[in-house]
Amino acid sequence: MIITILYYILVAFVVFLMGWNLIKSKKWQEEILYVIVLLPFLLRLLRLK
Amino acid sequence: MNARKTVIIVLGLVLAGFSGLSFYRSRRLPEPVVIGPSVTRVEKLSAYFPAIKGSSNDANVYVLEGAKKGGTFLILGGSHPEEPAARLVTWILTENAVLEQGRIFVLNSAGRSATTVTRPGGAYPESYTIKTPWGGQTFRMGDRWANPLDQWPDPEVYIHYPTRQNLAYMDIRNLNRAWPGRRNGTLTEKTCYALTELIDKENVDVVIDLHEAELQYPVISTIVAHEKGLEIAAMASMVLTDEEFKIGMEKSPPELHGLSHREIGDHTKAIPLLFETPEPFLDATRGRTDAKLLLEGKDEFVVRAGKRGLLYEKIDEKGWPIDVRVGRHCSTIIQVLAVWSEDHADKAVAMKNVPKYAEVIQKGTGAFLRDPAKADPKLIYFE
Repeated sequence: MIITILYYILVAFVVFLMGWNLIKSKKWQEEILYVIVLLPFLLRLLRLK
Repeated sequence: MNARKTVIIVLGLVLAGFSGLSFYRSRRLPEPVVIGPSVTRVEKLSAYFPAIKGSSNDANVYVLEGAKKGGTFLILGGSHPEEPAARLVTWILTENAVLEQGRIFVLNSAGRSATTVTRPGGAYPESYTIKTPWGGQTFRMGDRWANPLDQWPDPEVYIHYPTRQNLAYMDIRNLNRAWPGRRNGTLTEKTCYALTELIDKENVDVVIDLHEAELQYPVISTIVAHEKGLEIAAMASMVLTDEEFKIGMEKSPPELHGLSHREIGDHTKAIPLLFETPEPFLDATRGRTDAKLLLEGKDEFVVRAGKRGLLYEKIDEKGWPIDVRVGRHCSTIIQVLAVWSEDHADKAVAMKNVPKYAEVIQKGTGAFLRDPAKADPKLIYFE
């Protein structure tokens, strides 16, 4: 259970990092890439997939 | 934040919303069971091991009892939910079987968590529908392994308890690699522990674990038996091959651990048997992985693999339809009950009103599923 919680914290951290990079990005190609890569992390964090 | 960035983020959120909703709905697709005349009670698996209470694997246990005392069988469907014939047979049993003697415990979703997910990257359908005289009944597709939402992460190597045999990492979520289970282990290990407790507390004589297999896997169209069950399996195999369809028998390898046909025999008084039917949907060389392939069992690429001698079971253009696979399991159960009862008159288990192979093929699996819309609500349970 402790390892599972740590993994969810890691996922939340990755979501935060990619969200931050998305906001700071200047190129539209990178923004689309960040959104696509974010999806599975977001779905796992929300316990949907 | 500029307008372009806002549009991209909103589009991303819409995509996440749609996909998330789809995953949420398929995970919670209701699967009704209209209990039949011999079901005297429906327990939760947690009644045998409270630590799994409220978890995704706290499955329904349907208890079928005859008027006359006899032996006790446990029949497991859904150890691997992506093998649908196994689950459909348990629906036929719980909704139709009439027990005259003995008891049968049935789990339609032994690995319930694995019914709530499909294989990542496998392009599986999220559900499949069996045609019935009243329309159709839809079932969750499921996977071989428990849902990562219920047990995550996987280790680098799965070390089986208690043997410490090293197994593939993802098999830590495989119900048929976690027997006999562990009291303080993962959800999958706890589930196997709960089932082992059920076997012990209810003095189960024979456990039947229903499965399907890809045609490229050597253990197919067979009964796998622990040493204790070799005579039953041999006799059932001979009679079935003579009278209905070809089916083999195999001895459970003593050094391959975690499987029901090994560990139940080693750790309880029960005799474990595992049945396999062919399911082309599982073959690695399959084409489009959809509900049609799952139910019709027809695939030109698997046929081509067969022509090159790469398969352990025959296949032609007719494929392996679901009714053939369900019928094989039904007849094998009936035959095993007959062999057991003949050898153990004091612990006989007499069951009727379950169709045999030819009848399932003639009428279709759906003919034996009951319409929940027309049933007394008190008789309906959900998997």
